[in-house]
Amino acid sequence: MNILEVKNINKRFGGLQALDNVNLNVVENTVHAIIGPNGAGKSTLLNVLVGKLIPDTGSVMFDGQSVLGRAPYEINQMGISRVFQTPEIFGDLSVLENMMIPCFAKRDGSFELNAMPPISGQKDIIERAEHMLEDMNMADKRHMHAAAMSRGDKRRLEIGMCLSQEPRLLLLDEPTAGMARADTNNTIDLLKQIKEERDITIAIIEHDMHVVFSLAERITVLAQGTPLVEDTPENIKGHPKVREAYLGETAV
Amino acid sequence: MFNMEKRDKKLLIIIAVLALLAPFALNPFPTDSAMAQFNAGYPDLMQRFVIFGIFAIGFNILFGLTGYLSFGHAAFLGVGSYSAVWMFKLLSMNVVPAIFLSVIVAGLFSLVVGYISLRRSGIYFSILTLALAEMSFRLAYSVLTPITNGETGLQVYTNDPQILMGPDSPTVTHLFGLEMRSSYTLDIAGWSFDFAVGYYLSAIIMVAAFYLSIRIFRSPFGLMLRAVKSNQQRMNYTGLNTRPYALAAFVISGMYAGLAGGLLASMDPLAGAERMQWTASGEVVLMTILGGAGTLIGPIVGAGFIKYFENIFSKINNSVLHEWFGFLPDGLENGVIWVLEHFVGSGWHLTLGLLFMLIVTFLPGGLVEGGQRIAKRLRRKGADDDDAPGNKTPAE
Ligand SMILES: Nc1ncnc2c1ncn2[C@@H]1O[C@H](COP(=O)(O)OP(=O)(O)OP(=O)(O)O)[C@@H](O)[C@H]1O
Ligand SMILES: [Mg+2]
Repeated sequence: MNILEVKNINKRFGGLQALDNVNLNVVENTVHAIIGPNGAGKSTLLNVLVGKLIPDTGSVMFDGQSVLGRAPYEINQMGISRVFQTPEIFGDLSVLENMMIPCFAKRDGSFELNAMPPISGQKDIIERAEHMLEDMNMADKRHMHAAAMSRGDKRRLEIGMCLSQEPRLLLLDEPTAGMARADTNNTIDLLKQIKEERDITIAIIEHDMHVVFSLAERITVLAQGTPLVEDTPENIKGHPKVREAYLGETAV
Repeated sequence: MFNMEKRDKKLLIIIAVLALLAPFALNPFPTDSAMAQFNAGYPDLMQRFVIFGIFAIGFNILFGLTGYLSFGHAAFLGVGSYSAVWMFKLLSMNVVPAIFLSVIVAGLFSLVVGYISLRRSGIYFSILTLALAEMSFRLAYSVLTPITNGETGLQVYTNDPQILMGPDSPTVTHLFGLEMRSSYTLDIAGWSFDFAVGYYLSAIIMVAAFYLSIRIFRSPFGLMLRAVKSNQQRMNYTGLNTRPYALAAFVISGMYAGLAGGLLASMDPLAGAERMQWTASGEVVLMTILGGAGTLIGPIVGAGFIKYFENIFSKINNSVLHEWFGFLPDGLENGVIWVLEHFVGSGWHLTLGLLFMLIVTFLPGGLVEGGQRIAKRLRRKGADDDDAPGNKTPAE
């Protein structure tokens, strides 16, 4: 069953056709990679999915419900979480506080005037956040100022924040960019493990082919705003059009 | 007991004790010593300290936590004062209904202003609040004169309805018979200490307001407000609607402002539109930044600091300066006084401006940061002397 159905999406920025009649189906409980050269429109597509951009034409259905026209927070509450290309975290807060916020959003919804009870009494939230930090191998950094961490750590924190919401669809925009090799491998292992433990669909944009081929079950190649091919990783590897448009480029 | 961390409890107790002992603490100099003019322990000024403390504590919940800088909060204070005086005119001189209504009306008014101005953020938000507050100020002088009594100011007249007034109810503001202006003066040797009902009522309410603000700071709601300041984008994509969070903070701070306005009117049942002017809105911004925005105790410190300057520095005039520098040769004396007179008396704003510049430049965290630095240095010194390992808990 498709959890996500994207139909005939067009998006123009001035004279630039950033998305050119994009159709994309993502099957529930799979890992679907979207690859393509710089400027292909991959991040723009994610922006449409999470309500950051309104497309000129087309429709986006998530689990049978239309996504277009909803506010980003509503789309997230439907079960779509996104990790951004440049880490988006709460820089002024501690790592633990960063992790607690999505836990509150999951438990209390989009707004709750919970102004009197102290945070220290919210045992369920603290426990969940601590647990997630341990899963991310970040427990020792829990009292650190989030802005003071390395780019790779910020990204891992952001992934953990999204995972703690237990989303049905996780969108990852180059999740391992800026990470050391060891952390990249840890992240691959973590995503594999999450995938085994629970029902989750992952759409991942990635330039690192090692990451793509270790995780993806389907791959869509996007170039100049249009999907070129969609196939299994084995077939994509040998596809002449893909080599030409994308893989050839990175091999240089 | 109060469901608080130890550190916060300590802070609350310190503030409560200081408020209780203020009549002593602020009058350190004997009444007829030369330094007596630096005494601030008279009821009128002490009331201002705590009432503007309430105003700044509330403002800090908006500005310190969410980062939204409102330049119109004096409008809520003004509305609070008008509401309170209307209660005196319609019901009786009891301050309870007056204070109650001032909080409610200011809350409703800030809901409207906040709803409109929070559609934008950053500088546009600030300008919108400024514009709306100036509009209210102008309206109070023109269209709304039947409610505000225009330039004369709203006050209580003997032919007002005052439907709850009994034949022997007090004709001055009171708390169930306890008159606000009544006070007890304690003379010890050369010192004189005043304990006024009005001050203690304001001080108790200030301590309660401070306690509430600690609770808000430490709550999940407080965490969300800090998240609004840090990264609204991340909040939105984490399923949180930032608008009602910011609006709730705006309304809470508006209610604090209304409470302060109601208390001002309860001490002196007179309300004028000048309380709503943009300079008054700017003052609470200064108080919060000077003391330390986003810290618990900063706004109180800032409010006290500015009100002390406004009332004490502004009283130093030429004849006082001549007294101080009389020992210098005439020419030099006149020279020194010619320089200094620009910084005291009506020139106190200049001194305040200079201090503000210095503090913001060298202590971005305000006076609270200054205090923390000094405390840390002292602690380190103490640790060195004892040859003990330094205390590593971060100060807050
Ligand atoms: N908000 C915007 N306004 C105008 N142009 C935009 C906007 N967002 C993206 N673009 C343009 O659209 C094109 C596609 O950008 P997009 O960020 O989607 O590429 P991408 O595939 O994610 O590339 P990369 O691998 O470098 O991240 C680029 O040429 C970009 O400059
Ligand atoms: Mg991109």
